[in-house]
Amino acid sequence: MSEDLTNSPLGSLAYDPAPESASIARLQGSYGLFINGKFTDPSSHEQFTTLNPANEEALASVAQASSADVDRAVGAARRAYETVWSKTTGAERSKYLFRIARLIQERSRELAVVETLDNGKPIRESRDVDIPLAAAHFFYYAGWADKLDYAGFGPNPQPLGVAGQIIPWNFPLLMAAWKLAPALAAGNTCVLKPAETTPLSALVLAEIFQQAELPPGVVNIVTGDGSTGAALVDHPDVDKIAFTGSTDVGRMIQQRVASSHKHLTLELGGKGANIVFEDAPIDEMIEGIIDGIFFNQGHVCCAGSRLLVHESVADEVLRRLLRRVDQLRVGDPLDKNTDVGAINSAAQLARIKELTAYGEAEGATRYTSSCSLPDKGYWFAPTVFADVAQSHRIAREEIFGPVLSVLTFRTPEEAVAKANNSNYGLACGVWSEKGSRTLWVAERLRAGVIWANTYNRFDPTSPFGGVRESGFGREGGRHGLEAYLNV
Amino acid sequence: MESESQLRAFLASLSGVDAVGAEARAAKLATRSLKKSTKLTALDLAISMVDLTTLEGADTPGRVTSLCVKAMYPDPHDASVPSAAAVCIYPDLVARARTVLGESRVKVASVATAFPSGRAMLNVKLLDVREAVAAGADEIDMVIDRGAFLSGRVGQVFEEIVAVKKVCGSSHLKVILETGELATYDNVRRASWIAMLAGADFIKTSTGKVTVSSTLPAALVMLEAVRDFAETTGQLVGVKVAGGIRNAKDALRYLVLVNETVGAAWLTPDRFRFGASSLLNDLLMQRLKQRRGAYVRPDEFSGD
Repeated sequence: MSEDLTNSPLGSLAYDPAPESASIARLQGSYGLFINGKFTDPSSHEQFTTLNPANEEALASVAQASSADVDRAVGAARRAYETVWSKTTGAERSKYLFRIARLIQERSRELAVVETLDNGKPIRESRDVDIPLAAAHFFYYAGWADKLDYAGFGPNPQPLGVAGQIIPWNFPLLMAAWKLAPALAAGNTCVLKPAETTPLSALVLAEIFQQAELPPGVVNIVTGDGSTGAALVDHPDVDKIAFTGSTDVGRMIQQRVASSHKHLTLELGGKGANIVFEDAPIDEMIEGIIDGIFFNQGHVCCAGSRLLVHESVADEVLRRLLRRVDQLRVGDPLDKNTDVGAINSAAQLARIKELTAYGEAEGATRYTSSCSLPDKGYWFAPTVFADVAQSHRIAREEIFGPVLSVLTFRTPEEAVAKANNSNYGLACGVWSEKGSRTLWVAERLRAGVIWANTYNRFDPTSPFGGVRESGFGREGGRHGLEAYLNV
Repeated sequence: MESESQLRAFLASLSGVDAVGAEARAAKLATRSLKKSTKLTALDLAISMVDLTTLEGADTPGRVTSLCVKAMYPDPHDASVPSAAAVCIYPDLVARARTVLGESRVKVASVATAFPSGRAMLNVKLLDVREAVAAGADEIDMVIDRGAFLSGRVGQVFEEIVAVKKVCGSSHLKVILETGELATYDNVRRASWIAMLAGADFIKTSTGKVTVSSTLPAALVMLEAVRDFAETTGQLVGVKVAGGIRNAKDALRYLVLVNETVGAAWLTPDRFRFGASSLLNDLLMQRLKQRRGAYVRPDEFSGD
């Protein structure tokens, strides 16, 4: 049988464009700061532009909050805490959270398009993952609000007060939900600072808070760059800082809140190891590797960016993996058939290019998807590095892009040693049909999250967080409440 | 395979299937959105892949005649509509179908081997096949002995397929795994390999006569098996999905699965089929909708 038939080209049924309409986003020209239940102008009247990373076109102009604005927001949150929210019963708080969850569902299509436009992620992911999960978090914590006595923290656990929350650009709405839902359920008021490049979905969420008639000041949203975040971290009347983002910024925040009364939780970077044993279910494992690193263009703190393959099956796994990588549909994020979207910003693209250049210079073998990339916007073709050694930068540093480093191991001990040989400790995956081995490995991995025969699966009932330079504190589940209670 | 123990060792060496992962993959591919010319191409392709089926105790020669005409000219008002791949019927009606279809490219497929249960003596099953072939069947849809398979007598299943294949002669053999009765995806993968090693030209999901018929994840596992079989042996085995596929939307989902699992070489009626009865009319209806921009009445198309 001829080679071309047995290696039948995949995806030869070319799909016509199936774009979701950008107008569903109903974007406004400019957005103010959401303080005390209203959109207000920043004191400096300064605005910045947020771009669509898929075509570099401006989407909207957004307010740059100064430290005076942050002060206003914190003041509003404090007043709301003292006068309203701390006097609101758990059952009442629960009603607001349920209402918010339902409104997110009602406006899910709009939110998905907003998220895809602002972030560059495929509409399939924002529609099927980000938005449903964000709603699920509000639903889940709505259930906890009137049951805090039974959360395992003793009777009548008290909120912390005003929480300052700084979130990243990779899952803008979902990270807002992860932060806000448990904080509100526990009885705190919030000042949320979305990422500079992806502020829009949080501002739509602010509209939802208005629709839900959440009391003014309970949630305030201040947009801006790093200086806005710094002002929030430094504000003396904030009781708690919750941050998700890079390890460098997390380290800086921890230094700044040291010797203050502020509680702190950090969810930082990662260099997740996806460990594949020879007896793994091969087809699902290949999909798991793909999901682990190419989901959300690899802009995932828990991405399975290091693939550790059992030596005996390494060639077979690599062959199948590369075939699958080549098949990924890269392009217009609004197209419903797109698998991999745009890199979120020029800065991030430059970082990915820099680190992959090191990969080649240090001697790893590079495979790049043959997909064509759009002319405008920030794009990076899915890339796999084979023959990677532990000492390579691409095996140690977080790339935060669609780049996979493949290493091999011979024994389970070696797999564990290599997986743990990292400053990070956020997530790992183990692929094997043998349960006893999976458990043996999982017990020895130093990471906050271990997935067995799956990867990048999230659920509001399950705690998520890291160890070592991946941070501390947990989000999700009963554990997620602890971060917002005085226990 | 020289012996049952060899076959068993081989089957044990096949990679397992993670059910959660397989179902998630199938569900993800089901979200693909086929629009415009892709949709038209896919609808026509699907029409050309239909094994137009009637497998009822009440079947009559008249009904089979009607079915054959329908298979040759799915939409008599539009010559650009491709003919269906085959008619699929019980053995006693093969002769009638053969007469009606004559030299048309529509094949006569006959179920055999004590369809649908497969519960008969081997010589009865072989006679069933022999008669169908003699009456003019181009394709034989046999069922595997699920009792033997589930109780671990894989050698028996294998030998039976080999024997049927021999009796088929030049007629194509489709082997029905009845995935709804195999209980696990691991079993679906193993049964697929047994059938392919024994000489199946097609592997087929279901008889359509049990509660669970074809599902996307089961079809996915079978497509992965034919892909891996082609890579190891160079032989391309077809896949037929049957049972419960009633509308165009479902059919297109299967085509997406084919497109993204095994690719171009299988996007032809020679290697992929739908066993269905009411599916054809919905494909025709959606085809007209794509062209005219509005739905026509269901009565626009003949019942059989």
